[in-house]
Amino acid sequence: MENLLLGLEMLARWDVMLALLVGSIGGVIIGAIPGVGPAVAIAILLPATFSLDPIVGLTMLLGIYGSSMYGGAIPAILINTPGTAVNALTSYDGYPMTENREGHRALSLAYSASFWGGIFGILCLILLSPVLALIAPMFGSREIFLAALLGIILVILAHRGQILAAGMLTMFGIFLQTIGLDAVTYTQRYTFGYSFLSSGVNLIVVVLGLFALSQAFFLLIDADNSPNAKPVKGRMSVGIRELMKHKRVATVASSLGVILGMIPGTGEFTAQFMSYTYAQKTSKDPDKFGKGAPEGLIASEAANNAVPAAAMIPLLALGIPGEALTAMMLSVFYVHNVIPGPQLFQNNIDLVYGLYFALIALNVIVIVFLLFSTNLLTKIIRVPTRFLGVMILILSFVGVYSLRNSLTDCMISAAFGVLGLILKRLNLPIVPIILGMVLGGIMEVKLRSAMPRLNSPLDMIDRPITFILFVIILLVLALHARTLFKEYRAHQPEEDHDLHDSQTR
Amino acid sequence: MSRVKTLQSLFRRYRRPGDIVFAWVALVFSAFLLTQLFDQTAYQSGGKLVAQPRFWPAVSLTGMTAFATFHLLGSALSERIDGRWVEVRHWVKSVEYAGWFIVYAACVPFAGYLPTTVIFAVLLVLRVGYRSAKMIGAAVASSIVIVVLFKTFLKVNLPAGQAYEMLPDGIRQIMLTYF
Repeated sequence: MENLLLGLEMLARWDVMLALLVGSIGGVIIGAIPGVGPAVAIAILLPATFSLDPIVGLTMLLGIYGSSMYGGAIPAILINTPGTAVNALTSYDGYPMTENREGHRALSLAYSASFWGGIFGILCLILLSPVLALIAPMFGSREIFLAALLGIILVILAHRGQILAAGMLTMFGIFLQTIGLDAVTYTQRYTFGYSFLSSGVNLIVVVLGLFALSQAFFLLIDADNSPNAKPVKGRMSVGIRELMKHKRVATVASSLGVILGMIPGTGEFTAQFMSYTYAQKTSKDPDKFGKGAPEGLIASEAANNAVPAAAMIPLLALGIPGEALTAMMLSVFYVHNVIPGPQLFQNNIDLVYGLYFALIALNVIVIVFLLFSTNLLTKIIRVPTRFLGVMILILSFVGVYSLRNSLTDCMISAAFGVLGLILKRLNLPIVPIILGMVLGGIMEVKLRSAMPRLNSPLDMIDRPITFILFVIILLVLALHARTLFKEYRAHQPEEDHDLHDSQTR
Repeated sequence: MSRVKTLQSLFRRYRRPGDIVFAWVALVFSAFLLTQLFDQTAYQSGGKLVAQPRFWPAVSLTGMTAFATFHLLGSALSERIDGRWVEVRHWVKSVEYAGWFIVYAACVPFAGYLPTTVIFAVLLVLRVGYRSAKMIGAAVASSIVIVVLFKTFLKVNLPAGQAYEMLPDGIRQIMLTYF
C-alpha cells in the first residue's frame, strides 16, 4: 500500500503530468497518421528524453506507446489504411462499417474496446505484480539467458514464411552488438582498424536508421499521396453502451492480449488474430465478419490495446523486451541507470507502480481526448506523404546527432536507413535486427556470468525454472516442426495478402 | 475473414521483386564477414569456449551465413518475379536522400541548427516536387517549430553554429544558446 502511494506521488508532479499529456496526445496523433507510427516517434524522441528525469522521459515514451493504437484505428476504419501495424485487423470490419455509413459507430466502438483492453491489461499487471516480485528474484543468469534464447527463437519462428530471412536478420543483430572492444578481454572485434567502431554500434543509431530514416526514404521515393478521411457526425460516447452488449468478447480478447503480450516475439498481431477468430467462432452471425461485424472490431481493438501493459511484464521483471518498442524503452531505462530485472521490484518498486498509474492515466487522457477531437484528427492525417518524409528526415537528425554530436553516427544511421528501406520494400521484417542486438547482448553477458557455476552443459538446466524454460524451447521447436510437416502434407496453396506491409510501420 | 484463413497464412510473408538480389548480397556480405573471423577477433588460451571474445561473432556469423544460404536457395528455386532491376533502382534512389541527410548533418555545426534546418527543409520540399507557396511556408514553419521545440525548450545536445560568432553582440548569445 505504501508503495502504491509512493507510485502515485511520483506522478503528482507537473512535469510528469505534462510529459504524460504530451506523450498520450502526441501518440494518438502519431498513430493516426499512416506512415509515421510509434516506432518512428519513439526512436526520434529517445535521445531527447535522456536529459529528462527517468520518470518524465519514461512516461512520455510510455504515453506514445500506449496511445498510438487508439489513433491508428481512425485511418483503419475511415480509409482502410491502418495507422499502426497492429490496427490491420481493425480495418477488416471497421472499413465495411464506414462504407455502410456507420463510421461513427465503428470509431466509438473502437475507442471503447481499446479503453476496455487497455485498462484490463493494466489491472492484470497490477494484480500480477506481487507474483512477479516473488518470481523475478528466482531468475539468475542462467534463467535470463534461457529466457532471452527463447525470445530469439520465438522472434524467428513468428515470421512464418520468411523464417530464413528473419533468422538471418536476427543473427545480423546479434553480430552487430559484438562489434567493438570486448568489455571483458579488452580485445577488438570486427573494428577493421577503425577507431569509431571501437565503441561499438550504438543501438539507438541503428534504431533511428532502421525505423525513422528508412520510413523517411520510403515516403520520399514513393508517389505523393494525401489520405482523405471524411469527418464523422455524432457523439463518440455511444460505443460504450454497445460495448456492454459484447463484454464477453472484449474480456476474452483482452485476456488473449495480456497472455500473448507477455510472450516475446508474438505480441499484438497474434493476440488480435486469435481474438478475432474466437469472436467469429462464438458469434451468432459469423458470416458478417469481414463485412462490418462489431464483435470483430471489438476483438481486434481490445486485444491490441491490452498488449502494451502485458509487454511491460517481461521488460520490467526480467529486463527482456518482447518487441521493438519495448527494446527501445529498455535503452531509456539503461540511460537513466534504472536496470529492469529482478532487482527493480526490490529496489525501485515505487517507479514500477508509478509506471502502472501512468498507464492508467494515459488511457483516461486518450479516451477523453478522442471523444472530442476525432474530426480534428481526420484533418491532421491529410498531411501529404512526401512532406511527412521531409519532416521525419529533419526530426531523425535531432535523434541521431544529439546522441554524441557525431557525423559518423549520422552516416551509420543513413546506411541503416537504406537497409531498412530495402527490407520494407521487400516486405522483410526489421524487428529481428533490433531484438537480435538487445537479446544477443543479454545472452552474451548472462552466459559469461553463469560460466563459473557451470561444470557441465547439464548444469545449465538443473534448476526448476531453467528446466521449464528448456522444455518450453524444445516444445516450441517441436510444434514448429510439426506444423511444417502438416503444411507439407496438406499442400496448402499460397495466398498473398498485404497485411505485413503495415507490419514495419 | 475471407482473405485470411489460418494463423499460419497470416504469419506468412511473401516474396517481392528484388528478393534474389538481396539474398545474393546478404550471402556475400555474411560470408565475407565470416572469413574475417580469425583476423578480426582474438582467442585467449586457457579460457572456456563460451567466454572467448570470438564465440558470439562466430555463432552469429555462422548462423547468418547458413540462413543467408538457405534464403538464397529458397529465392533461386522459387518462381521468378519480374521487375527486380526496377526495384533495385528504387533502392538506389534512397541513397540520394541518405546523402541529403549527411550533408545536412555536416552543415549544422558550421551554419547553425536553425538556418540549416530551414534551408534544408525548403530545398528538400522543392526537390520532392512541391512548388506551392503553401507547402514551402509549411516547411519553413515546421522547421522553426522543430528547432524551437528541441533546441530551445528541450535543450537537446546540438552544437552552436560557428556562423553565429559573426552576429552582433546582442543576438549572438541568444542564437548560440537557443537556436
